[in-house]
Amino acid sequence: MNRKNFLTNTGRWVLLGGLMYLTGSIFFKRKVSASGKYVWQIDPFKCTQCGRCATSCVRDLSAVKCVHAYSLCGYCDLCGGYFKPNTLSLNTGAENQLCPTGALKRKYIEEPFFEYTIDEELCNGCGKCVKGCTSFGNGSLHLQIRHNLCQNCNECSIARLCPSDAITRVPVETAYKIKGDFKPAIAKPQ
Amino acid sequence: MIRIIKPLILFLMFLALFESLQAQQQRFPKPEFKTEYQQPTPTAPEPRGLGMEFVDVGLLVLVMSLTAWFAIKKRSRNGILILTVFSAIYFGFHRNGCICSVGSIQNVVLAFADPTYTLSLYALLFFLLPLLFSLFFGRVFCGAACPLGAIQDLLIFKPITIAPWLRKALGVIPYLYLGLAVLYAATGTEFIICRYDPFIGIYRMNGPHLMIFLGIAFLLMGLFIARPYCRFLCPYGALLNITSRFSWKHLSVYPTRCIECKLCTTACPFEAIDFPDSENERPDPRKGSRRFILFFLLIPVMMLIGGWIGSKSHVFLSKANQTVYLAELLISHPELQNDPKNIDVQQFLASGKSLETLSKEAREIRDKFYTGSWILGAFLGLVIGFMAFNQLIYRRKNDYQANRGTCYSCARCLDYCPVE
Repeated sequence: MNRKNFLTNTGRWVLLGGLMYLTGSIFFKRKVSASGKYVWQIDPFKCTQCGRCATSCVRDLSAVKCVHAYSLCGYCDLCGGYFKPNTLSLNTGAENQLCPTGALKRKYIEEPFFEYTIDEELCNGCGKCVKGCTSFGNGSLHLQIRHNLCQNCNECSIARLCPSDAITRVPVETAYKIKGDFKPAIAKPQ
Repeated sequence: MIRIIKPLILFLMFLALFESLQAQQQRFPKPEFKTEYQQPTPTAPEPRGLGMEFVDVGLLVLVMSLTAWFAIKKRSRNGILILTVFSAIYFGFHRNGCICSVGSIQNVVLAFADPTYTLSLYALLFFLLPLLFSLFFGRVFCGAACPLGAIQDLLIFKPITIAPWLRKALGVIPYLYLGLAVLYAATGTEFIICRYDPFIGIYRMNGPHLMIFLGIAFLLMGLFIARPYCRFLCPYGALLNITSRFSWKHLSVYPTRCIECKLCTTACPFEAIDFPDSENERPDPRKGSRRFILFFLLIPVMMLIGGWIGSKSHVFLSKANQTVYLAELLISHPELQNDPKNIDVQQFLASGKSLETLSKEAREIRDKFYTGSWILGAFLGLVIGFMAFNQLIYRRKNDYQANRGTCYSCARCLDYCPVE
């Protein structure tokens, strides 16, 4: 064995040891999840509907969509999420609608209830309806990242800009935080 | 008695709090429908490609093993070409290039820096496996498995030669990029490698204009400058460049002996073939040893200078951090507090956090940046110093041979070598 081979071999074993040490220390700190996958999700109770979800996603049409927790909805005629404030008549005219893309649909069910559904093909995740519903209604409309659309970027470009840090990595087993099933974290009394 | 009552009261308080929150949520009661209206339930579509992660890892190992076999044993460019096309289609267009080994550096760094962050095993394997393979077979990951490399490799049209000094100078950029990526990931600021990844927009065929524009620009440049991202930017390539130098086996241009026909140097679009040195190039040993010591002593000096320059730029570097940015903005422009259009400021005011708390947090982050940029600068000084030092080390080269650091194991040269 000449000197060059000796140095190469030594270097290789040193680097190999370094990599093993690195892996070992990560494992030792129990910071590896074997189940593998994490996805991004919005905590609807932290979200402030700033509107950046519509503009910051890497996709042309954001992967964030409005989701309706029907079980919380009051089925109101005067829906704060559907109508612009100070709307004169409560009909489906475009000039009355808060949604800029007409993605929120209103359907008559029975007197005096109306059902509101979201056309995800049209929804751009701007959160205007969410703001209206949260301010004036039950807050049943809320924003969620739709995982069939989300690219699951290594770092979510919306999370980077989210002013309320509402977007975090969550284990894939609990990929959604849909209101109703998902409850806000309550600070435990001391 | 008190022992029992106290938790009971606490429990009741807890319940009351919970109830009040629930009540707050339901401003309007849930209607009781008279008709047979069925209330729909919100859908929750599953993530795309669920459970494919470990298929990916398996395929990564398979592609790298096959590349190693094609490059070292089989000596087949066509085999590697097929693997390259496969990687571009599978890892690129099908799996949309996320997560890739290049970006996984940041996940590993964040796992060390952020105690709340859990690294997925998948990301860790994507980081480790190519490095391990490079320690044994050279940069087989770059050769065919990397989707970013694959798309550039397939679009090499008429590669031009780049002057060696320029190549060396530009070769520092990957280390700078690596250092910055580690600094920004460790301070929890952002993942710059992913944010400025040029090809992901093309693989997704969707994305911000800047991303698509960068991708097309790099591909057009790549028609003439072979693999511009890999050679002059890729931070993971910088790591592989180091590990690959110690590889156990490596692609060899000639199977038996070199006949010095120089065909391989025209075949290689990356100028990764080292020329044999002529007799008169050999340095005078006495003069050499003096320079040797001088350059060796220069390394710590370079590290100190680099660290000092780095620490001077920490204020500038830390501006990319949202917390630091916001704190600076609010301190220098207090009138912005009345600007209803500034989302960040309004959100901060609504959160009820005091400016002192924010600036304390910002100062802590900036302190991290100070230490980090010292290390970054020193690291760059080390890289540059070592590069200069490396120039002095004379390695006897009799034949044309692939440079273990910069060779991507693409096997183009093997087709050209006339030796049987």
